[in-house]
Formats: sequence, C-alpha cells, structure tokens
Amino acid sequence: MIRERVLNWLLPPAFGVLLLVFWEWAVAFYQIEPFRLPAPSAIGQAFLSDGPSLLGAALSTLQTTLLAFASAFVLGVGLAILFVQSRTLERALFPYAVILQVTPIVSIAPLISIWVGLDHADRAVLILATIVAFFPILSNTVLGLKSADRNLIALFHLYGASRWQVLTRLLLPSALPYLMAGVKIAGGLALIGAVVAEFAAGSGTATGLAFRIAEAGNRLQIAKMFVGLAMLSALGILIFAFFSALEARLLRRWHDSALG
Amino acid sequence: MGGEPLITIENAGKRFVTGVEALGPASLTVPRGAFLSLVGPSGCGKSTLLRLIAGLDTPTSGHLHWHGQRPRLGFVFQEPTLMPWATVEKNARLGLELLGTPEAQIRETVAGTLDLVGLSQFAKAYPRELSGGMRMRVSIARALAVDPQVLLMDEPFAALDEFTRERLNDELLMLWARRGLTVIFVTHSVYESVYLSTAIAVFTARPGRVSEVVAVDAPQPRGKAFRQSARYHTLCEEVSQALRSASGLEELGE
Repeated sequence: MIRERVLNWLLPPAFGVLLLVFWEWAVAFYQIEPFRLPAPSAIGQAFLSDGPSLLGAALSTLQTTLLAFASAFVLGVGLAILFVQSRTLERALFPYAVILQVTPIVSIAPLISIWVGLDHADRAVLILATIVAFFPILSNTVLGLKSADRNLIALFHLYGASRWQVLTRLLLPSALPYLMAGVKIAGGLALIGAVVAEFAAGSGTATGLAFRIAEAGNRLQIAKMFVGLAMLSALGILIFAFFSALEARLLRRWHDSALG
Repeated sequence: MGGEPLITIENAGKRFVTGVEALGPASLTVPRGAFLSLVGPSGCGKSTLLRLIAGLDTPTSGHLHWHGQRPRLGFVFQEPTLMPWATVEKNARLGLELLGTPEAQIRETVAGTLDLVGLSQFAKAYPRELSGGMRMRVSIARALAVDPQVLLMDEPFAALDEFTRERLNDELLMLWARRGLTVIFVTHSVYESVYLSTAIAVFTARPGRVSEVVAVDAPQPRGKAFRQSARYHTLCEEVSQALRSASGLEELGE
C-alpha cells in the first residue's frame, strides 16, 4: 500500500526527468539550433540570468489574475443571488451574460483598450480577464442556489424565516459545492484571460509575463520564452492547488465530493 | 371521534397550476390530542392535505379552520431533510433559531430534545455520519424542539427497515402520550396506522376524498402484545377493507 503510494507520487517527476534527459540528448545529437529548441541546460541558464526580471513580470500577472478573479467572484455571486431573487431579472439579463461568455475575448480586446485609454493596458487586461472568469461562477452559483432542498425551504417558511435567513442559512450553504466547482474553473480562466488579454491589448504599457514572452519571441530568445512559459504553468498549478485545498477544507465534513 | 375539535377541513381541494387535481374536496375534523393517520392509495393527496394544514400551500377550493389560535406546528418529512453542512445539534436548533428564541433557552431545549431521542452523544456529528434511523431521529428532534402542539408527519418511517420502524413507532407513541401532542400522520402502511392511531382517515383514489374514518379504540400504551392481539388483526382487516372499497378495487375480487 505505502510502496504503491510512494510509487504513484514518484511516477510523474521521474517521467519528467527522463523527458529532460532525452531532450538534452536529442538537442545535442541532432544539433538543433537554439532558436528552434534550446536544450534544458540552456533554459536553466536563461532562468539564472533572466529569472529575476521575469519573476517581477510573473508577480504582475499573478496580481492581475487575482484581481480579475476577485471581481469575477463578486460579480458572479452577486448576479447569481439577484437572479434567484427575481426570475424576471434572470430572464432579462442571463442571455447577455451568455453573449459575454461566447464572444471570443480577443475580438473585444481592441474595443476595451480604446474605452479605457490605450495607455492603460493594465485596466483593459483586468476587465477582459474578469469577463472570461466570471461566467462559470455565475452559472454554477445559480445552479447551486436553485438546488436547495425544496422541503428545507418549506421548513424555513414554516418557521417564518425571512428572505435573508433563507439566503444565508440555506441557499448559500447549499450552493457552496457548486460554487467551489465554479471557483476552480474561474481561477484557471482568470489566468488564461490575463495572459490572452495582455497578448491582445498589452502592447506598450503592459507589465505582465505574457508581454515578456511575446517580446522574447520577437527577439528569438527562445530559452527565455521557455522560462516564462514554465512560470505561467507554475502560476496555474499554484492557483488550482490553492482552490482545491480550500474546497477540500470547506466541504470535508459534509459533502460526498470531498470523500477521499 | 371524541375530544374537542382542533382543526376542521371543509371541502378542501387543491388543483395544481398544471391542472392536476391533487386533492379532494376533502372534509375532516381532527380532535385535539388525537393520533390521526391518513391512509390511501398513492397520489391521493394525503401529503398535499398535510401541506395545506401546515400552511405551506393554500387550497384552491374550500377552506381549513383552526379552532382557537393556530397552534405551533412541527413537520417531519419522508426524508430526514437535514442540512448536510450542519451538525446534529445545529440541525435541531434550526426551528428555535428562526423563531428568534433566546440563546440560553435554545441550548437547554435542544440538549433536552436530543436526549429524548437518544442522540446526546452525537450532537457534534454530521448527518452523513449517522444511520438512516438516527437521521430520522434528528428530524423528529428538530420538529419537537419548537415545542409544537401539533406534529405533522409525512410518511416519516417509510424508508426505514422494519426493525427501526417499529422502534421509532414506539418512541413516537411515547412522545405523543407524554407531551399531549396532536399527531397527523401520513402513511402507506395499514399495519403502522392501526398500531399508532386513535383514528384513521381513509382516502379515495385521486383526487382524494375522505371516504371513511375508522376509530381505533384499543387502549394505550400499546406494545408487542397489541401487535399480536386478535383485535389488532381485526382492525387491520377493517382498514384494509375500507381502503379497498375506497380505491374501487373491490370488484377485482381482491
């Protein structure tokens, strides 16, 4: 049992190491030019030289991502609560939320850039990333709020509960597992949104990782691109791990999904 | 059916917005302190009538009339209907908290009620950590905690095994006698209704009307001896017969 678990843990990193060794060997053996595919050792060197400056850019991207996620969360949960209170409002507004979701973000990036001013790329990126991230939170929370036990709602009414009490003591806790599923998706989407939006709108004043990757690409600094990409992956993993841990902690004692 | 009337149901009918006639016109008088069972074929509107009595729905025809002030109600559903994110104790507190009871009183009442249903050691457990019978006890504790005068129960033991069901039947009878409750109890089981009730209202098939009220005059407290008595079996046969004729099954030679 324990041996099996250790093996399961070791398997992915062992495979990664194997791949890196093969990669190093293949680049040398086939004499691949470094501007096509640099060897892992060259990427390691690039990390040592460009790492610190890229790390600053990564922090900037992380900041944008978290801000976008926070606005998406407030917007998504807030709208979901309004929708559940008023069917009319839901019918009137939900289609527009869908339109916002299905319209490719790259296509509205130039418009948003013009609206916020071309020298405020960070604002444009924040807005675009928020738009990308908010829909899964909205739709999951609406679903969750509507999934509350009908009989429990009846019981709340029997004891004269106010709308506020029904919302905070019944609907929101019922929605929590759904909300957390949406949050995990939205966390990843906020990062993707921040990166895509920076590619699309970030020329000039952008400070994030995406812009630095594009810049390194233009200068054929391929090793530096790989360092940037690795940092983006690390950010994505970090965000996902954080929300997974949070979900497990919130649902551990009562929800079936949190069973090992 | 002796005793002063508690609630009178006069030609109450319920038609859903879909046009389905769920209930009646059904008429029934429930005496104070009765243990009244509602039996009838599936879909006859027994549960609908219970919801009307609870005030969770309004009749589309006829009306319900409480004699005196509307009493405080407890409601127990077929499923335990607990909040899975809350401990046993927090579930049992729900009614009192929503009614705005002072904290000290809630604590005392809930501790007493959990003790009554034998769940004191499980106060901090979550519903998923309990067996089906224990969850149902929590549900009953939650209903009893508000100190109801009337307990409405919608097939509360239908999903439980025979052994657990019989034990909860006895516990319920004890509570009913000790607290002077009026219980209105929906069930599918003729045997259960005869064992528990002072009176049994037999419903016709949908839309359900009350076709007959059978008085069960066996003395309390009841126990194993009553379950094995000739009187019990005669009463069960009588109620089954009433149910068959109400469902229109007689001519099938059943």
